[in-house]
Amino acid sequence: MSGTRDQILGSIRAGLGRGRLDVQAISALEDRVRTHRRNLIPARAAALDHQGQIDLFVAMAEEVHATFTRVTDVDAVPGAVADYLAGQNLPARLVMTPDPKLDDVPWDKAPLLDIHKGIAADDDAVGVTACHAAVAETGTLMLVSGPDSPTRNNFLPDTHIVVLRAGQVVASYEDGWDRLRAKGAMPRTVNFISGPSRTGDIEQRMVLGAHGPRRLHIVLIDDARA
Amino acid sequence: MADSPRVALFVTCLVDLFRPTVGFAAVKLLEEAGCRVEVPAAQTCCGQPAFNSGDRDNAKALARQVIDVFKGFDYVVVPSGSCGGMIKTHYPELFATDPIMADVANALAAKTFELVSFLTDVMKCDHIAARYDGVATYHDACSGLRELGIKDQPRRLLKGVEGLTLKEMATPEVCCGFGGTFCVKYPEISDKMVSDKVADIVATGADTLLCGDMGCLLNMAGKQSRLGKSIRVRHVAEVLAGMTDTTPPIAAPREKR
Amino acid sequence: MQPTSHDFKANAHRALGDPNLQRAMDMMRTGFPVNRAAAIARLPEFDALRDEGIAIKNHVIANLDFYLETFEKNVVAQGGKVHWCRDAAQARETILGICRDAGAKTVTKGKSMVSEEIALNDYLEANGVTPVETDLGEYIVQIRHETPSHIIAPAVHLVKEQVAESFRATHTHLPPDRPLDEARVMCDEARTVLRAKFLSADIGITGANFLIAETGSSIIVTNEGNGDLTQTLPKAHIVLASLEKVVPTLEDASTLLRLLARSATGQEFSTYTTVSTGPRRADDTDGPAAYHVVLLDNGRTALLGGEFQDMLRCIRCAACLNHCPVYGAVGGHAYGWVYSGPMGAVLTPSLIGIEEAGNLPNASTFCGRCESVCPMRIPLPRMMRSWREREFARRLSPQAQRWGLAVWAYVARRPRLYRWVSAMTSHILSLVGGTRGRFRTLPLVAGWTDTRDMPAPEGRSFMSQWAAREKRS
Repeated sequence: MSGTRDQILGSIRAGLGRGRLDVQAISALEDRVRTHRRNLIPARAAALDHQGQIDLFVAMAEEVHATFTRVTDVDAVPGAVADYLAGQNLPARLVMTPDPKLDDVPWDKAPLLDIHKGIAADDDAVGVTACHAAVAETGTLMLVSGPDSPTRNNFLPDTHIVVLRAGQVVASYEDGWDRLRAKGAMPRTVNFISGPSRTGDIEQRMVLGAHGPRRLHIVLIDDARA
Repeated sequence: MADSPRVALFVTCLVDLFRPTVGFAAVKLLEEAGCRVEVPAAQTCCGQPAFNSGDRDNAKALARQVIDVFKGFDYVVVPSGSCGGMIKTHYPELFATDPIMADVANALAAKTFELVSFLTDVMKCDHIAARYDGVATYHDACSGLRELGIKDQPRRLLKGVEGLTLKEMATPEVCCGFGGTFCVKYPEISDKMVSDKVADIVATGADTLLCGDMGCLLNMAGKQSRLGKSIRVRHVAEVLAGMTDTTPPIAAPREKR
Repeated sequence: MQPTSHDFKANAHRALGDPNLQRAMDMMRTGFPVNRAAAIARLPEFDALRDEGIAIKNHVIANLDFYLETFEKNVVAQGGKVHWCRDAAQARETILGICRDAGAKTVTKGKSMVSEEIALNDYLEANGVTPVETDLGEYIVQIRHETPSHIIAPAVHLVKEQVAESFRATHTHLPPDRPLDEARVMCDEARTVLRAKFLSADIGITGANFLIAETGSSIIVTNEGNGDLTQTLPKAHIVLASLEKVVPTLEDASTLLRLLARSATGQEFSTYTTVSTGPRRADDTDGPAAYHVVLLDNGRTALLGGEFQDMLRCIRCAACLNHCPVYGAVGGHAYGWVYSGPMGAVLTPSLIGIEEAGNLPNASTFCGRCESVCPMRIPLPRMMRSWREREFARRLSPQAQRWGLAVWAYVARRPRLYRWVSAMTSHILSLVGGTRGRFRTLPLVAGWTDTRDMPAPEGRSFMSQWAAREKRS
C-alpha cells in the first residue's frame, strides 16, 4: 500500500504543480500545527464574565432540551439526583463512572439511590458521569474517555445525568481544548454533547432519544455563587 | 446640462422584442433623474445565452461587441439584473486571462448598472413621483439579487409610489424557474418552480406582481395567465415611470383599437 | 450503484408526479432554510467565520501532502493505521480485508456518503459481511433497498406513512395492531432493533467530517448518537474518509464546526460531535481495540490545480441542496447517483464522467442561491458552467440546442440583421397574438406553452420604435 500512498502524494504534488515542499515550508507548517493558533472566537460567550458564561451555558443547553438542577454545594448533589429521578418516575438504580471527579460527592446522603460503579450495560436505565468541561457558547458538554470514564456510559443509559462544576464552564471549544492539552495526551474519545440524542429523519419532526439518551440532566454545582 | 451624465441604455433582447414600454420607461426615468440618454443602434444581446450554454467563443464575441458599442459613455444602464449581471460580473470573468480585454471589460463593468439601482445608488433618487393603484408583491430576480445586491432599492422607490401597497411573498428570493434556456431544456421542472412561485404570489393577496427582469416576468405572467389568475404583471420601471395606463399588463388582453 | 444521471429528465418527470415525494419536498423546502437563517442571524461573526473557514480549507488544499503525512504519522503514533486507497475498488477491498482479519460477520455503520460513493454495502454483503446502517434515515433507506436522497437527511424524500409501511414489512415481529403513525413510535422501534445490532456488531464503520493532522484524530458529527455506539462498542473502528477532509488543528476544526451545523440543519451545534484518536488506551475499559483510517482519493487529487479545485473545500453541510429550487422540486434520487443538488451537479461529473452526468450541471437556472448559502462560498454556478463549457467543446450537448444557439449567435453578432429579425418577429407575433396578449401554443417552445401561456410582444420592437422616434426629432 505504500505504492498507493506515494502515488497519491505524487498526484497531489502534480495537481498543485510543485514538487515536495522544501524544509523551510515544512517547518513553517509544522509550526502552524504545533502552535495550534486560535481562529476567530465568537464574542457571544467569550465577552462574558464567568458567571455570565455559566448562565449562557444553562440557557443554551436548555434550548436543546437539556434539563438542570442548580445546587450551590456538592453535598446537595445526591439529593438533586434522587429528586430528579423521582420526579421523572425513573428507577433509583444507576450506573456511575468510577471517575475520581465524583469522589467528593457524599452519595450516602441519598440512601435510596442504588448506585453501582463501572461500565454501563444495555439494561442500565440511568447513568451518572462527570465531565471535562462545559462550553457556554452552545451549551455543549465536553466529556473525555479514560480508565474511569468509559465512553459507552454517555450513550447506553436512557437517562444521562452529568455532574458539572461551575469551574468547568468555559467560553469556547478552544478553551476546552486548552484544558485538555494541559492534562496531557489525547484520550481515545472526546464527546461534545449538546442536549439529549435526537433525530429529525422522519419528516424533519424532532424526536428525542434516537439511539443515545432520551434525557440529559445536568446537576450544576454553582459553588462560586454560594 | 453639461454636467449631466451621458447614459447609454442597453435595452436587452427581451425588452426589445416583448416589452418596448420598459425601454421607454427606462428612458423616461433616466431623463427625469437628469441623465442624457442615448440608445446605441448597434446593440444586440449581452451574450448570456451563449455564456450559460458553455459556448465561450460566441459569448466572448458578443461581449466584445457590447464593449465596443458602449464605450465612451459615462454609464451603461440596463433594465435587467440578469443582463446587467452578465456585463458587470461575468465579462471580467470571461476576459480574466486576457490582459488587454480584461481592462476594457472591467472598465465597462464598473460603469454598468441595473436601472433601479442606478437611480437609487448612483443618481441618489430617493423618491420618484408616480401613482399606481394596487397591492403589489415584488419578486427578487436572482441575478439582480445575488450578483448585483438589488433588494432594497426597488422597494424603497415603490414605497414612494402613491396608491401602491407592497406585500411581501413568503419567499421572494426563490427562483421563478425561468433560468434562460433552462425553461426550455427542463420545462417540467421549470413549470413546477413557477407554479410554486405563482402560489406564493397568490397567497399574498396582491393584485400586481412586479419584478426587474423580463425573463422572470414572462415566465410568471405566462403561468398565472394559464392558471386563470388575473394578477397584473409588470416590470417595475413601468410603475415607477407612470406608464401603466398606456400598456396593458404582460400577457393581459389588449383593448381593441 | 449504477448511475441513472443520464436519465435525469425521466427521473425528474417521475419525481414531479410522485405525490409522496412532493409532500416530503414541501416539508424540506420550508424547514431547513428557515432554520439556517435563524441560526445565522444569531451569530454576528458568521460571515467572518466563513472567511476563516475558507482560508483554512484553501491552506490545507495548497499543502495537502504535508497535512496527510502529518495526519498519518499521528494516527500511527496513537496506535492506529492509515490505509491509502486510490479508488473505490481498493477501498472496498481494504475494508473487507480488515473485516476478514477480524473474523467479522456484521458491521454497524454510521452515516457516510463516501461509503455510498464506493458502494460498500453491496460489496460487503456479497462477501458474507452484513452491514447495518444505524442512522435512522440510513436505516430506513436500507430496509427499503433505496439509497439516500440527501447527504445529511437520507430519508428526506419519504413521508411517514411510507416509513411505517417499510417498518411493517421488515420488522415482522411487530404486532399488526401496533400503531406506527408517529415518528416517535417508529424511532423507538428502530432504536430497539438497532440496539441489539450495536451490541453484537464485530466492527463499526463511520465516515469523518474532519481529520485532524495535529492529533491523528477523526471527527464525526451526529444527532442520534448512532455513530458513537457504532464506533465505541465493536472490536474495531474503521473510519472511511476522502482525503480532503484533513484540517491542521483542533482549533481549525472548531472553526469549521461552527459553520457546519448552522449551515446544515440550522442547529447551533450538532448534538454529538465526537473526536476519536486511535484505538482504546491500555487502561481504558471500553472502546475499539483497533482504529483504521481508510483514506480515499477516488478522483479528489485530479481536481487539484483545475477549475473544480474549490470543490475540495466542501464540508458536506447540504445547505446547497436545502436551498436549491431544482433539488426541492425533484428530490435527490432524480440526480441518479450518490451526490445530488448543486454540489452533486459539480462533483458527480468529475467522479463518474460528464458523458453520464451531463444533465446535472445543465439542470440549473443559475439562480445562485447555492453559492450564497455555501459556508465555503464554493462558486457552484461557475463550476456548473465550466462543465457546460466542457460539454459544449466536446459536442456532448444536444444537437438541437447547439444548432439553436448557433443560429441565434449568428444573428446576434450582426446588429443590422438582428434589428431586422427582432422587428419582424415582434411585429408578426404581436399581429398573430392579436388582442389576446398571449399565446396558448407556439411552435419551438412547446415545453413552455404546454404549461404556461407565452406573453405576446406588445407591438413593434423597441429599437424600431426608437429609430422612428429619433428620425422624427
